[in-house]
Amino acid sequence: MLTILFDGVAYGMLLFVLACGLSVTLGLMNFINLAHGAFAMAGGYCTVILVNRLGVPFVLGVPIAFLVTALLGGLFERTLYVHVYARSHLDQVLFTIGLVFMSVAAVDYTMGSSQRFVQIPDALQGQFDVFGIGMGKYRLLIIVICGLLTIALQLILAKTRFGSRLRAAVDDQRVARGLGINVGAVFGITFAVGSGLAGLGGALGAEILGLDPTFPLRYMIYFLIVVTVGGTSSIVGPFLASILLGIGDVAGKYYVPTLGAFVIYAIMIVVLIWRPQGLFARSTAR
Amino acid sequence: MPILETIGLEKRFGGILAAANVNLSVKKGARHALIGPNGAGKTTVINLLTGVLRPTAGRIMLEGRDITDAAPHERVRLGMARTFQINQLFLDLTPLESIGLVVSERLGTGADWWRVVGSKPAVTDEIVEVVERFRLTDVMHERTAILPYGKQRLLEIALAFACRPRVLLLDEPAAGVPEAERHELLATIEALPAEVTVLLIEHDMDLVFSFADRISVLVNGALFVDGAPEDVARDPRVKAVYLGEELDA
Amino acid sequence: MVTTSATAPLTPVLADDVAAYLKRRSRWSPLEVVFWIFAFASIWLFPDKYLILKDTAILALFALSLDLILGYAGIISLGQAAFFGIAGYFSGLVAKYGLINEPVIALVCSGVVAAALGFVTSFLVLRGSDLTRLMVTLGVSLMLGEVANRYASITGGADGLQGVDIAPVLGRWSFDLYGHNGYVYCLIVLFVCFVIARRIVYSPFGLSLRSLKGNALRAAAIGIPVKWRLVAIYTVSAGFAGIAGALLTQTTAFCSLDVFSLERSADLLLVLIIGGTGYLYGGLIGAVIYKFLQDWIATLTPQYWQFWIGLVLVVIVLVGRERVEGWIAAARGSVARLGDRLWTRIRPRSAALGGAADGD
Ligand SMILES: Nc1ncnc2c1ncn2[C@@H]1O[C@H](COP(=O)(O)OP(=O)(O)O)[C@@H](O)[C@H]1O
Ligand SMILES: [Mg+2]
Repeated sequence: MLTILFDGVAYGMLLFVLACGLSVTLGLMNFINLAHGAFAMAGGYCTVILVNRLGVPFVLGVPIAFLVTALLGGLFERTLYVHVYARSHLDQVLFTIGLVFMSVAAVDYTMGSSQRFVQIPDALQGQFDVFGIGMGKYRLLIIVICGLLTIALQLILAKTRFGSRLRAAVDDQRVARGLGINVGAVFGITFAVGSGLAGLGGALGAEILGLDPTFPLRYMIYFLIVVTVGGTSSIVGPFLASILLGIGDVAGKYYVPTLGAFVIYAIMIVVLIWRPQGLFARSTAR
Repeated sequence: MPILETIGLEKRFGGILAAANVNLSVKKGARHALIGPNGAGKTTVINLLTGVLRPTAGRIMLEGRDITDAAPHERVRLGMARTFQINQLFLDLTPLESIGLVVSERLGTGADWWRVVGSKPAVTDEIVEVVERFRLTDVMHERTAILPYGKQRLLEIALAFACRPRVLLLDEPAAGVPEAERHELLATIEALPAEVTVLLIEHDMDLVFSFADRISVLVNGALFVDGAPEDVARDPRVKAVYLGEELDA
Repeated sequence: MVTTSATAPLTPVLADDVAAYLKRRSRWSPLEVVFWIFAFASIWLFPDKYLILKDTAILALFALSLDLILGYAGIISLGQAAFFGIAGYFSGLVAKYGLINEPVIALVCSGVVAAALGFVTSFLVLRGSDLTRLMVTLGVSLMLGEVANRYASITGGADGLQGVDIAPVLGRWSFDLYGHNGYVYCLIVLFVCFVIARRIVYSPFGLSLRSLKGNALRAAAIGIPVKWRLVAIYTVSAGFAGIAGALLTQTTAFCSLDVFSLERSADLLLVLIIGGTGYLYGGLIGAVIYKFLQDWIATLTPQYWQFWIGLVLVVIVLVGRERVEGWIAAARGSVARLGDRLWTRIRPRSAALGGAADGD
């Protein structure tokens, strides 16, 4: 029981790191980026290549994966996404789903269609047994890293100059522009960091989530659930939504395996009907 | 009995009180003007009356019936239509199609899905009447998006009029219309049938005083003065509000 | 009838004018007639292509269903596969267990089942923003996919629904190996559905849809019950999607879980975008182009078809959908003018036909 809770929290933390970038881009530019998962996949495969093929140590591979996907994200943002921000939601959906399809096929072509695993150092395998709760070492590591990241993100958003600019831009773009904030640059950086975090999540989560070319499609709905259920007005909402989703999914698969992901989708629909702005959105959200 | 009445109407937007305890009463057949400085809450009151916004408190009565919870389209069927301060037109349709839409809807054939548009004589006859009344004959086949602004403004009123309302709410109908096209617009407003009750929001005081038989002044969301045009014109408080606004501007 | 106006007397000429003008849009243009003549001529023209033609007809009907909500009512959906899939399974199951043997009746029933699902889910979909709609439509089809997967004892699960035996259409025409009857069947169903859709979009109801797509605020302010109109068209669209799904099952005697997949809904968006939205033929033309491309690319790199779909989507958006649709409209316009010129030349002989096609 507590083990499930533990696994669920680890899974949820992972989902949060994967999806938080999406939440910010959605809130900031009202941009629907269905291709977010492609960056996560890029991070995962990047780690696979680094660690498995080139023999880079795991502890180094993961941060490199973050940097590579952040660069990739920044590059895509500057060259492609900027042209689509002002377009209709339909255009955004078409565009980003096109990117998903391309990434799926491209990875299939270069890396093959089978599932890949990152070689995790022996030290991280196995379980601790604390008060009768079995805790996987690797999952514990994920919780620690993701927890630290979450705190760091919250601090950056709340305390730094960049954070306050970002919040201003999320609240009201026009006012932010009026205050002399370069919203385009803020968005570019945010997009890059968000993609990087997705890549980091993909690198860490390859083990738990399963890494194959269909990754962006399989997890697209999960990321979307996190941001729509959590709302986009702060990162606390998506965080709570991720944890709930993680626990719900793990527990659901354990206790009522026959229903599969049905429960998750059903809950999502109920939440969206009940609170279209998200479960944790401020009541005055636009 | 007033044809339209609000009782303690209130609307809050977060911290802003856009309508505060508004008790407005419009008599049947009246030419009633609602005036007030920018941001006073006039449009908000219209939005509340027509159901675009839900009031945070208060009730709205139309011909003695409580319509506070009625949906916008139901209020139209109950006899109240409006125009918008900023044109809300169907840009891809022609004036003919737009008016045809309203007329079909009013005659109860709007949900007809098997009949071709324009195949009912009752509908076409009435379209013709509205098109002529609002002097849109020469542009009726053009796409609305490319009409001159004055014609768009006429169409804005025509759409509301085609609903055959007993109460017509006009939100700054002449706003932004160039001088050359203004006369045509005002003439059609003057020529509205006497049995239609009109509530007019307008900044042009000449128009207000020539048109209205009753004037309500709204300031900061609250009804400030309410009376016959002569009384309102003489009221020192109204002068103060308007002069104050002019000094600010 | 009409309250008399003080400003001007009624001019009967103008009233007739108005009626003629309003009806004008709904007249079958020569180009449309040619389109359908060619479509039916394909039965004799391409006897060795029945399978791909049949798939094209089904895809065209499916895309037509999406056009009804996207092109005419502005609803973005990533869940049209839900209706396609549920009707696909329904028609397969009723045939397999011998509940409804006659295919046409089964087809209609499948459409009704899908429409019922559309009606129920419309209340969920019509709330909220574009993103919420996307999520809910997608969620519904994924949920149905999960259900079909879990109840494998009935649906066959991941192996698909097998052992479906489809009786001859109207008791006479059985589905032959070459797919001739199957294609004719699909084409006729497509045509019938198209005619219905065409009636709908040129009716007062269709006009009200166009209006509320353009400006829902004003539509409500002139007395249109916006929500109910959307519910109605969503239901009809679901029914059409269902008929497409049932056609697929009936002509292949098989139904698998991928009827519910996200890819199916996303491909559908592409089909409609290629052809253009909001004039009914977009889905049909898009389906022809899509299938043609698929066939062509399959001979080059069969596995990576998805990459090219993605590329087309990205390029279309970057170039600008409006621009692409503008090209299509321009091409349509010039072909139509050409057609009109030809038409006026042969008009005298075909006046009777043209009059009959005008409808009442
Ligand atoms: N949808 C809204 N959300 C928040 N504030 C609003 C909204 N609509 C109007 N307001 C505020 O309510 C006040 C009254 O506005 P309005 O009714 O448009 O004034 P008027 O029409 O008299 O110029 C203004 O301060 C305006 O900023
Ligand atoms: Mg106003």
